[in-house]
Amino acid sequence: MTGLIIILSIIILFVVIIQISKINDITNAIRGEEATEVRNANSNGIYFLIFGTIFLVACIVSAIYYSDYLLGFGPNQPASEHGHRVDNAFKITLFFTSIVFFLTHIALFWFAYKYRYKPGKKALFLPHDNKLEVIWTAVPALVMTILVVQGLVTWNKVMADISEGEDHLEIEATGWQFAWNLRYPGADGKLGVKDFRLIRPGENELGQDWHDDRNHDDFNADELVLPKGKKIRVRITARDVLHNFYLPHFRVKMDAVPGIPTYFILTPDKTTEEYRQELRKYPEWNLPSDPNDPKSDPKWKTFNFELACAELCGKGHYSMRRLVKVVTPEEFDQWNKSQKSFYLSNIRNTDADPYVGLPIKAEVFSKAEALKTSLTKAMEMGSTEEMRTISLDNIYFESGSSKLSPESESALSILKEAFDKNPKLKVDISGHSDNTGDHSANVSLSLDRANAVKEYLTSRGIDTGRMSSFGVGPDKPIASNETPAGRAKNRRIEFKILSF
Amino acid sequence: MSSNNHHNQETDVLIETQGYDDHFHEHHHGDKYQMNFLTTYIFSQDHKIIARQFLITGIFWAIIGAAMSLVFRIQLGYPDADISWLKPILGKWVIVNDAGIGSLDPEFYYALVTIHGTIIVFFVLTAGLSGTFSNLLIPLQVGARDMASPFLNMLSYWFFFLSSVIMFYSLFLSTGPFAGGWTAYPPLSALPQASQGSGAGMTLWLISLVLFVVSVLLGGINYITTIINLRTRGMTLWRMPLTIWAFLFTAILGLLSFPVLASGFFLLLFDRSLGTSFYLSDIFINGKMVDVIGGSPILFQHLFWFLGHPEVYIIILPAMGLVSEVMAVHSRKPIFGYRAMIYSMLAIGFLSFIVWAHHMFMSGLNPFISNFFVAFTLMIAIPSAIKVFNWISTLYGGNIRMNTPMMFSIGFVSMFISGGLTGIFLGNSAIDIQQHDTYFVVAHFHIVMGVAAFFGMFAGVYNWFPKMFGRYMNETMGKIHFWGTIIGAYAVFGPMHYLGLAGVPRRYYRFDSFDAFSGFTDMNRFITIAAILTFFVQLVFVVNFFWSIFKGRKVTTQNPWGSNSLEWTTPIKPGHGNWPGKIPTVTRWAYDYGKDGVEFTPQHIPLKEGEKDSSH
Repeated sequence: MTGLIIILSIIILFVVIIQISKINDITNAIRGEEATEVRNANSNGIYFLIFGTIFLVACIVSAIYYSDYLLGFGPNQPASEHGHRVDNAFKITLFFTSIVFFLTHIALFWFAYKYRYKPGKKALFLPHDNKLEVIWTAVPALVMTILVVQGLVTWNKVMADISEGEDHLEIEATGWQFAWNLRYPGADGKLGVKDFRLIRPGENELGQDWHDDRNHDDFNADELVLPKGKKIRVRITARDVLHNFYLPHFRVKMDAVPGIPTYFILTPDKTTEEYRQELRKYPEWNLPSDPNDPKSDPKWKTFNFELACAELCGKGHYSMRRLVKVVTPEEFDQWNKSQKSFYLSNIRNTDADPYVGLPIKAEVFSKAEALKTSLTKAMEMGSTEEMRTISLDNIYFESGSSKLSPESESALSILKEAFDKNPKLKVDISGHSDNTGDHSANVSLSLDRANAVKEYLTSRGIDTGRMSSFGVGPDKPIASNETPAGRAKNRRIEFKILSF
Repeated sequence: MSSNNHHNQETDVLIETQGYDDHFHEHHHGDKYQMNFLTTYIFSQDHKIIARQFLITGIFWAIIGAAMSLVFRIQLGYPDADISWLKPILGKWVIVNDAGIGSLDPEFYYALVTIHGTIIVFFVLTAGLSGTFSNLLIPLQVGARDMASPFLNMLSYWFFFLSSVIMFYSLFLSTGPFAGGWTAYPPLSALPQASQGSGAGMTLWLISLVLFVVSVLLGGINYITTIINLRTRGMTLWRMPLTIWAFLFTAILGLLSFPVLASGFFLLLFDRSLGTSFYLSDIFINGKMVDVIGGSPILFQHLFWFLGHPEVYIIILPAMGLVSEVMAVHSRKPIFGYRAMIYSMLAIGFLSFIVWAHHMFMSGLNPFISNFFVAFTLMIAIPSAIKVFNWISTLYGGNIRMNTPMMFSIGFVSMFISGGLTGIFLGNSAIDIQQHDTYFVVAHFHIVMGVAAFFGMFAGVYNWFPKMFGRYMNETMGKIHFWGTIIGAYAVFGPMHYLGLAGVPRRYYRFDSFDAFSGFTDMNRFITIAAILTFFVQLVFVVNFFWSIFKGRKVTTQNPWGSNSLEWTTPIKPGHGNWPGKIPTVTRWAYDYGKDGVEFTPQHIPLKEGEKDSSH
């Protein structure tokens, strides 16, 4: 019913317009051509003047009214160092173009009014003026030159890649339909290599190559956490179609291209907290963040930087959001250290792990910490024999021999430290193997390995009487020998704390 | 003074005595040209009928494109509104939830945005603008009987028609029309798994546009050949009206750039169907690897924008030509700086080929390359500025007839200033870092193309309607159309600048996923309402146009506007061959308005004793 009324109203409106037009035609015919022309010119001449005035005033008023919403004005200061340069390039251009905008429009609408038709007036025969042409070629050329130079100086500075040896943090953003994956390099500061042919949904979303040990400490984050004051190179990739890594408050934008990694470099110059305190100074940011709940936190308090996609990527293009948080360098370090690497949490010692049973650099640090903790725990809380037995999984031997690999160093020094700190500590060291190969050979090798550990410690001053060594062979497996991972687990040295 | 009854006989006499006799009517007496209804009105080889075919098809697509924009503007202004009332038209693309609220399928939102851009840029502003006016005016204004090859000319329309049919058909596919943006970037446009519309919809889209390219090329060759070879005696290049210069440069641009677009499309077709990888590498989608490497999506962007940039000048140059002509006639003054206008168009045309990567600043190109594109892009601002100053100077000291075509020309200058100036921001790559793919870009190109070019087109339609149909369009409705549109257009696209500067990205189905973009509900609503109102104002034009074809005030004089160019020396309803006898010859340029105190002196009037030709 409403639809019908609307359609009928529109039809009536059109009929009215047509009738008015016909009446106008008749009136004009009666009035005569000349008089019509004069009336016409006068009316529309005035309309141009009125329109022009309202238009230009509206431009100024609306610019002032909306200025606090525009990036680069009011509270919307850039949150990055280069952002100020980008904003300045805009403002310089605005200065010059505004002058042209106003002058040309004033001339246009004023001339339309002033030179409107008047009976008997003769138009000026002014076909050209070469001097004027030169002037209004030269002046724009000069202005354009200024704009080009300032723009390109800014551009080349902002887009320059990290120079050799420059201190920076490199993180990776991968866009896919319809979310961002954020990858951090972990303790080694380097992102590992990835290849789309290695992608396994649910297991390896990025196709990280676990042979590359730089991948071992990489971790994924749900939010883009950035340290203030640090130069950050974002490596931008895409997994399926074009996306675009867009941080509006930081003036960061770069397409994510499948097959071609791109980059953008930024240095955040405000933490989220600091930015919020700046926003607090503006009345619109003190309104409640939930319009329906006057008691909700003010908008400045719930403000967060955001990551969006800025290249059409399919039907979910408008929803690829991640929160961005800028924190102090100290907060960032703490956060960085506490993140769990994807490889260590999900891949390590599984069948997907190319280093199953072998030492890896990434574990050195974390395993060292873990060993300290489990030693302490076993000593202080171990009430049963089982609880006082620790499997030392970062003691490595060269394949088939009892020679300690250099990667074992950190575990061994932690053990030595434990002995030094606890003078009464006495342990059983037992070597275990998997079930491949000859049984007695396995027993003998596992004894040799236990002895190797004992010798390492005695050579560093630990009294030999505090340690007894055994070779158990394959007889006490702790995992199934069917899989390589299981077998790797069975090949171990165990520490049983007898007294301390 | 627009009635020139006394010139009627004078013109005919002059042509008879001074005209060029090509024995046209002796040759064509009794030929098979236009023998039946089909060859007269459908498969016509007469450039004037072909012009009208282009125009009417262009108007058809403009209405569809504008209607599409209303649907997606409703989505953007009122994202939670119930649009189940659109279900009868949009069918499965309106999803009704349990509460009975109908909302637009995001996939179809993107299809609407894509097709809107495609049909308006190509079908309306290229075919409908340069197709119509190049066809109508070139032979008439250079003094030729018809185009160099009327047959190829006829084909150029029918290829456009075929292209239209295919594109129209694609709207009704069950998987939907193509939805990856009119820019059609791969991999999105190459992989059906990435988007429904990238299936059959994309295939039809590509076929349609390849046929469209054929149409443009056939037309373009004709326009150039006719202008170079078929000018009447005395019509030197430097005496041609600016419309012809504009159409000449436009056709050259098209001839050189459209084939590159076609090549980009062919490579895309190969990637889609033949397993090649021009644009594809390292793709994992929908749980599976796309097993090709080595391609680059950026290659497509180069091939696309190598046309894409000249394309926008292909759109604006004819509008500029039409506006120059209309302004001169209705101010009763020569266009100011005729030669400067030509040199500027030449500069714009040349420079338009070396700026394309300003659409790609943030695409991953080596930043070093962008230096060149910034420099050349801002250089283009210079000839553009010269033209604006020249148009304003044309008004200076004039005796301006405030009729609809003149008002649209004045409006054109305003729009070109506004839209052109924002181009200066975007062309500077440092600024583009932030503005790329935001509503600032949307505002810019809509004002220059969607409004300025349309204003040029309207100026052309209202001005040459008497030539096309022997009747006038209604002036009152014309003025309502003008004022409604200029106010409406600024109301729609002005606020978009602010949205862009606030960082709001383009091609978003909704804005409320992000705190940063969700604070502009009121502004989006305002834009939507303004768009709806402006659309209805366009219907005033459509009604006026079709009504006036049959019932408009009849033209009773040969030269109703008192214009100098040759099209007004034909009979009111020119037939095949345009002039019934000889072709007029020419001794002066087209802009002797107010010279030596004479209000206007058409081109075919011989120079007086001691009079010098003023074209310099």
